[in-house]
Amino acid sequence: MSDRAEADVRAYTVRLELVDEPGELLRTLEPIADNGGNLLSIFHERGNLTPRGHIPVEVDLEATPERFETIVEALRDAGVNVIQAGRERYSEEVTVLLIGHLVDTDLSDTFSRFEDCGEASIADVSLSAPHGTDEVSSALVRIVAHEGETDRALAVARDVAAEKDLNLVEPLTPGGEA
Amino acid sequence: MRLAIVGAGAVGRSVAELAGDYGHTVTAIADSSSAAVDPDGLDVAAVFERKDAEGRVGTAEPEAALDAAYDALVEASPTTLDDAEPGFTHVRTALERDRHVVLANKGPVAERYEEVMALAAESAGNVRFEATVGGAIPVLSTIDNLGAKNVTAARGILNGTANFILSRMAAEGLDYEHVLAEAQDLGVAEPDPTFDVDGTDAALKCVILANVLHDGGYTLADADVDGITDVPGSALDLATEDGRTVRLVGEVDDTVRVGPRLVPGHGTLAVSGTENIVQLETRYAGRLNISGRGAGGPETATAVLGDVGLLE
Repeated sequence: MSDRAEADVRAYTVRLELVDEPGELLRTLEPIADNGGNLLSIFHERGNLTPRGHIPVEVDLEATPERFETIVEALRDAGVNVIQAGRERYSEEVTVLLIGHLVDTDLSDTFSRFEDCGEASIADVSLSAPHGTDEVSSALVRIVAHEGETDRALAVARDVAAEKDLNLVEPLTPGGEA
Repeated sequence: MRLAIVGAGAVGRSVAELAGDYGHTVTAIADSSSAAVDPDGLDVAAVFERKDAEGRVGTAEPEAALDAAYDALVEASPTTLDDAEPGFTHVRTALERDRHVVLANKGPVAERYEEVMALAAESAGNVRFEATVGGAIPVLSTIDNLGAKNVTAARGILNGTANFILSRMAAEGLDYEHVLAEAQDLGVAEPDPTFDVDGTDAALKCVILANVLHDGGYTLADADVDGITDVPGSALDLATEDGRTVRLVGEVDDTVRVGPRLVPGHGTLAVSGTENIVQLETRYAGRLNISGRGAGGPETATAVLGDVGLLE
């Protein structure tokens, strides 16, 4: 029989935002190895920028829950922006339309706030502003969320849209269409 | 059956014109300013010739239709909100005379459902209102068959004008104003399309559904309503590229909501043109979809005359 701590090793996905500077990725990986995490994979989405203009990186690793907490703390101490630290991958997604003066109301801020609940992330955005950015424009936004958190992510999106006087067109069945 | 028809618009007129085919006699027709009454049966064609020529159906006061000899009153005057007058008073007058009432006017059962039902309970007459939800689509009789308690939710596309505009915008990449003008030219949209495009008409139908499913308790004020006037062509283009589209969807469970929603582009709810569809979620039998023509004179008259048939 293996000891308890060994049996308790779990897989985690950590989603990070990196500033586009040399050595940044290595700086991120050190605290993981140093604290007993076993790196499984690194998905470095170069060329893809988060709404804040950073490079999103997804790291899969194995660790015990205690070690994992230490790793997340160490990452944060090292100044790495940890967006998501959890066991599950985003298992749900929901697509919404956002309509209005998207640019004037600071689209980056809108999307950051969609993610602020900590349970959801903007996976994909298509923007259409056929009459220029001064006029009403539209964005199709794919939001990924942790299991059971789609409703919360939608509620946050609804609040942000209402505050900024934007129209949010939601799907009929949140979390997936029949 | 002898029918008195209040309202001589597209629906009232179609009911009058088709009543003979169904074996009924029209003894009175009223528009907003006059009435034509004949206890032995009106010459419907002659009444509408007069209406077309003189702008009125007859020489009597409109109230004369309510006092005429009839077995069922068909209330097909324009839907009004809040106190639902004068439709509500017409309903009360007929029920107090122990006559049946068939509604095409949504107001009384959307805004004053409990009062209408209380009057019906005291009367020897019955109230039916299939025509108020989804035109020719047998929505309420289907719910009646299933039993309201076995229907856990209803949703659907309940306004043909809004659906026509959204489906044309998506298909042609045109903006709202352009398609609305086209719809008005085609007669699909009224000169004043406010109730259709701001969601009010669909919301009234949803409120009626909620009243039927929950045995009352809802008015338009309880509905969360949003229209389609703020949906630009660019939003529909983005949705189309992603295999989706936008439809004005009404949803009824414990709450009533109407607004533009993203739906799969080739899904059940993505009906095109003026088509309507209603989905019922049942307790034991999954989902039922019923679709068809949700508006129009002969279509709505078909529902009215179906109700009349059930009263015999």
